[in-house]
Amino acid sequence: MAPPITRHKVRDLDVRMMRAGAGAPLLFLHSAGGMPVWTPFFDKLAAQYDVIIPEHPGFGDTPAPDWIRNIGDMAMYYLDFLDSMGLGKVHLAGHSLGGWTAAELATRNCTDILDLTLIAPAGLRVKGAPSGDNFIWSAEESVRNMFHNQKIADAILAMTPTEEDSDRALANRFMAARLGWEPRWHNPALARWLHRISVPTQVIWGGNDMLLPPVYAEAWKAGVPDVRVEIIPECGHAVTADKGDACAATILSFLARS
Amino acid sequence: MHFTGFTLMPYRSLDMEARHKERSAWVVLPNSLYDPVKGADEYESHISLLTRAEDLGFDAIAVNEHHQTAYGIMPAPNLIASALIQRTKRVKIAVLGRALPLTNNPLFIAEEMAMLDNMSRGRMIAGFVRGIGTEYHSTGTNPVFSHERFHEAHDLIVQAWTRPGPFEFEGEHYNFKYVNCWPRPYQQPRPPIWIPSQGSSETVKWAADPSRKYQFLVTFSSTELVTRYLTAYRNQCTEFGYECSGDQLGWAVPVYVADTDEKAKEEAGRAIETLFGDFLPNPWEMLLPPGYTSMSSMKQTMKLRSSLGKVRPTADMLIASGTALIGSAKTVRQKISEMVDRTGVNSLVTMLQFGTLSDELTKRNMDMFASEVMPHFRK
Repeated sequence: MAPPITRHKVRDLDVRMMRAGAGAPLLFLHSAGGMPVWTPFFDKLAAQYDVIIPEHPGFGDTPAPDWIRNIGDMAMYYLDFLDSMGLGKVHLAGHSLGGWTAAELATRNCTDILDLTLIAPAGLRVKGAPSGDNFIWSAEESVRNMFHNQKIADAILAMTPTEEDSDRALANRFMAARLGWEPRWHNPALARWLHRISVPTQVIWGGNDMLLPPVYAEAWKAGVPDVRVEIIPECGHAVTADKGDACAATILSFLARS
Repeated sequence: MHFTGFTLMPYRSLDMEARHKERSAWVVLPNSLYDPVKGADEYESHISLLTRAEDLGFDAIAVNEHHQTAYGIMPAPNLIASALIQRTKRVKIAVLGRALPLTNNPLFIAEEMAMLDNMSRGRMIAGFVRGIGTEYHSTGTNPVFSHERFHEAHDLIVQAWTRPGPFEFEGEHYNFKYVNCWPRPYQQPRPPIWIPSQGSSETVKWAADPSRKYQFLVTFSSTELVTRYLTAYRNQCTEFGYECSGDQLGWAVPVYVADTDEKAKEEAGRAIETLFGDFLPNPWEMLLPPGYTSMSSMKQTMKLRSSLGKVRPTADMLIASGTALIGSAKTVRQKISEMVDRTGVNSLVTMLQFGTLSDELTKRNMDMFASEVMPHFRK
């Protein structure tokens, strides 16, 4: 069940947050799609961990501060966030844009990170394997192209969004463009500093990802020192929803390694 | 009244059936649909038509910039302006406008315009725009920073024209250790500046500012909206404490004149429908990339579009709304007079070729407009 929304203050920013479960803290950074719907995937994580999902600055109802203009600012902001939460060491995970942010953070400072879980992360570019253009896709394409299981897409498309949902989606889109429009969904400098990620890292990818082709996982494998890669078959970019059980099991077994 | 003849330079041979297999005639329209032999004819046609406007007594002729589209094949309008300088003697030449945020070096825009102004001995009019939403897809420029880049590039260009160089420019997006425009513009202190706009309140306020007083040129809008935007600009001038001159108010509109209203519609109806139904339409993801407009105005536009649905505008609708002036000389004169009475507009940018309208009909249209409409507004 979805936990209640809480608020947390970082500098002058009032951050919306979901938090559930008990155990070691697991900070989950969401994708450009915004604060995720709480699905059984998150219940599985929350059964063993203190799961914390902050809404990114500029997404949904969290204001867009003018001091965040690019992904580097996002990484520095999440270092501030960790300091302000006083969680001690955390398991850090992120999906897509959130994975990119987590990796940028880890290249800067791994002091408070136990390990890193990157689910179909943006951030790198593999020449010759262009990303899908989710800024030109229609509303329907944007949903369909996220899932291998089109029944999930059908169900989402059958719902009529409330005005509040639409406003949040628009805010998400604006902030996503600020961070990822150009260069599209990557930072050319990131590949040069992956060796600084000094914690065990797991990269998870949907085998049928239409936004960031699964071949991108190879680039992470080549650059991050202590890394394992898991490709989930019959799975699109929205890994945590498309194959929630498999994704949760993969994460939990990685976090439980001795 | 000041009259400008203008063409978008559409690629009229476009295979419309193939075009409608794509989501747009912009960005994603395969350029295999472009035939260079037909295209070469197109360039010659449009340059000749524009040149002709000088002989017919127009005050200015105008070109503009669009990228990766059959809607207009002028990604580099200065090249056409340069050709027009060589083929004309008296007429002013307006570049309406350069899309400032799309370039990474606005100094090139300052330098090229200064060159054209020298080559034409002071006949240039500069126009500045942000480019349409699709052009943020085709250039990769981040639409979120569109306004910032526009204002910064504008400041840089105007300073390059008017401040003694070399000087240093310190911006967020643009930084130059040396700004030193060789040549300086022929017109002193600089060429006139026009701002083509679809009426955003931010642009109204910015263009009307006493330090600028730029001509505010409302494009492609219904009579109701043109009236509303020009009135907003006039009121803004009053608010700034000065009286708006008619020369600060411009209206860009497709015009077609024939012997009767019926004949005009018969000859130009299909052509105007191709402009608004084939060349121009874009899905909102392409037309309004995130950040291109403020969140509130994007929400309004999306609401408006979803209420309109996907109706292909007919000639009747475009004529009825005043988005296009198509009719007898009397009808067209009357519609212009009404707009003058309502707003005091004194600059009319006429698009006398639009959509698939042929050279032959365009020439007849230009002749009739020049002989039967223009003189009525000359004092």
